Amino acid sequence: MREIVVISGKGGTGKTSITAAFAHLASTQGGAMLCDLDVDAPDLHLLLAPDRREEHEFRSGFEAVINPETCVVCGMCFDLCRFDAVQRPSPEDFLGYGVDPLRCEGCKVCVQFCPAKAIDFNEKHCGQWQASNTRFGPLIHAQLFPGSENSGRLVALLKKEARTRAEAQGLSLILCDGAPGIGCPVISSLSGASQAVLVTEPTPSGRHDLERVAELCRHFRIPASVIINKFDLNLGNTQDIEDYCMEQGHAVLGRLPHDEVVVRAMVQARCVTELPATAFSESLRSIWERIVNLEPTAQARPELIQPTPNA
Amino acid sequence: MNTGIIAVTSEGPGLESMVDARFGRAAGFVVVDLASMAVSYVDNSGSQTMAQGAGIQAAENCARAGAEVVLSGFVGPKAFQALAAGGIRVIQNVEGMTVGQAVDKFQRGELAVADAPNAPAGGNPGGGGKGEPA
Amino acid sequence: MIYAIASGKGGTGKTTVTASLAALWDRPVMAVDLDVEEPNLHLFLHPELTGEEPAFMEVPERDPKRCTLCGQCAAFCQYKALSVMGKTLLLFPEMCHGCGGCLLLCPEKALSPGKRELGRIVSGHFRTDHLSSGREEDAGFPDAGFLMGRLRVGEAMSPPLMRQVKARLPQGQSADILIDSPPGVSCPAVNAVMDADVLVLVTEPTPFGLHDFRLAVQAFRSLGKPLGAVINRSDIGGVGIGDASVQDFCRAEGIPVWAQIPYNRAVAEAYSRGEVAASAVPELRAMILALMARMQGAAAASQSASATPGEVQHA
Repeated sequence: MREIVVISGKGGTGKTSITAAFAHLASTQGGAMLCDLDVDAPDLHLLLAPDRREEHEFRSGFEAVINPETCVVCGMCFDLCRFDAVQRPSPEDFLGYGVDPLRCEGCKVCVQFCPAKAIDFNEKHCGQWQASNTRFGPLIHAQLFPGSENSGRLVALLKKEARTRAEAQGLSLILCDGAPGIGCPVISSLSGASQAVLVTEPTPSGRHDLERVAELCRHFRIPASVIINKFDLNLGNTQDIEDYCMEQGHAVLGRLPHDEVVVRAMVQARCVTELPATAFSESLRSIWERIVNLEPTAQARPELIQPTPNA
Repeated sequence: MNTGIIAVTSEGPGLESMVDARFGRAAGFVVVDLASMAVSYVDNSGSQTMAQGAGIQAAENCARAGAEVVLSGFVGPKAFQALAAGGIRVIQNVEGMTVGQAVDKFQRGELAVADAPNAPAGGNPGGGGKGEPA
Repeated sequence: MIYAIASGKGGTGKTTVTASLAALWDRPVMAVDLDVEEPNLHLFLHPELTGEEPAFMEVPERDPKRCTLCGQCAAFCQYKALSVMGKTLLLFPEMCHGCGGCLLLCPEKALSPGKRELGRIVSGHFRTDHLSSGREEDAGFPDAGFLMGRLRVGEAMSPPLMRQVKARLPQGQSADILIDSPPGVSCPAVNAVMDADVLVLVTEPTPFGLHDFRLAVQAFRSLGKPLGAVINRSDIGGVGIGDASVQDFCRAEGIPVWAQIPYNRAVAEAYSRGEVAASAVPELRAMILALMARMQGAAAASQSASATPGEVQHA
């Protein structure tokens, strides 16, 4: 099983448009299990028009809820909470203490130490996940409710579903639209991936974030290769990024021009490769060929995977 | 090595079940007492739904079952550390076979004890290349 | 006043807008980068950095001599940061959320506060481009402050670092604060904007932009702060390519559009060179100044509304 995760660190580099085009190209070559790991702001479905076959609740973590009937208004919870999640009673409408669910981290300290045992600890319903069909194959995707945390676990859950279903359906490739940033969700996105494709742009933020995600890939020993989108915005920066990749041993998969076809495709809910050929889509096709033909290093941790020789 | 209690991460409850390559988020453990060949099953589904720390929870479950050796596919660094602290030896890269086959291999001395974890924190590799047993 | 500049989707121009606002702000100002996973504001404001310090979170440390391996801490911890295995209490500091529960619980006082590095807090100042007197030598408030959090690579939790950056914000009304928030609508994004007085949501008129903008409105509206939209690349790709749905959505939801910034390659190029776009592109300058006036107007209106009891505060 090969698992390719497309990430960018910075948003707006064209990651999702590129992933959708890869999904199209993969569908003409045996197909792939598709997976949108950007559970915070998923966009892949806007291009793939999924037909939702299954929908599941995602529950994760707990939240504290103060019962006003039994609260003795001692303020212990307020004093102990390290997350400023407990709010004082307001002077005009006296309702006792309350917990702001946006700030509550579900640590249980207030529940444990409340002398009146007035705080419940409830499981949190954080979002929904779906298994769908698209014109390019099966898609696993999700939507977290706004303000929810714990998306790392949802990402892990989606990846597990994608792997199980890929195996069951005889698909040897999993193609993931990764989460943005470098925190928990993207760490979960990369976990166990055979290969990361980093989409960047020749801007200071693009470069800065590329270095951060490349460092993350190195940290987790995932081979990373790079696509420079909108390369013609700044040729000097493009060259610098390529030099950086060379130095760091990341394959540069190719350059893509700044092209309005990306937006035109998006508005029509199509992939760029489904529209008449442009320089952009042609470059993208050859980049995909390069990805497919990359040495399947697959196993990211060769030095650790070797078992100790039997004594 | 032919005595003692071993725990094998498993997709199901018996020797004919397939080895679950995941450690922390394994469905369960088949626990085998090599002296008597008595087989029992420890459910690990509680770990599967944890937001974090599944590997540590699974290690605790193994310790509670009295395991001295764990056979699994991929063991992450925190789980590895926890198992080591509990004096439990780890054999990894065991996958694609039934629990019974894994136990046989272990008894024939074909599986080596690992001295380092083979998976990154927070998850396990999705497959692809495999470490061939030496 | 605290103004948070946010966006449901990354790459809509949030940092371009924040940097431009910071450079043109006509009052004492501090620019704060709370996008701690990917802080980028400094790449455009080019602040002179005067301080950098590590930020730590409290995690437990153990005294093995006192620990009786009773396991109460491990049983309590919701994050599996402690575990009793064999004859050891194992600590996994990177799992800890810093709630302090284990320290309170330990009957033997065997746990004490230790620390884990979350990242760095960087401070400094930058020169604004504001020309209140029209005289070049008056340009810039010397005290235009700059503050940024940068998450340690491999650190999974950004809200604790964000909280520490926010704790360093100047109190009172001495300076306005402009916050560059992380993109998205999850926990870190909400964390960044929840203490702001006014929210600015930057979006673009594409299907992705609209979809993520809807989520952002849904997430941030409940905070009850005045909220306005900036539609960036409002004519994206030329007539007939982008769509008007973001404008329609704002109208239907009663969200004021505080700026519509047409696509301008000069802005993209200034950005790629690491320049403040509003300083480099005169057309943009005028639009950012108008945006600033609307933001300040919304802040003043909400302040007077909250000062008058009984009056309904508009969203």
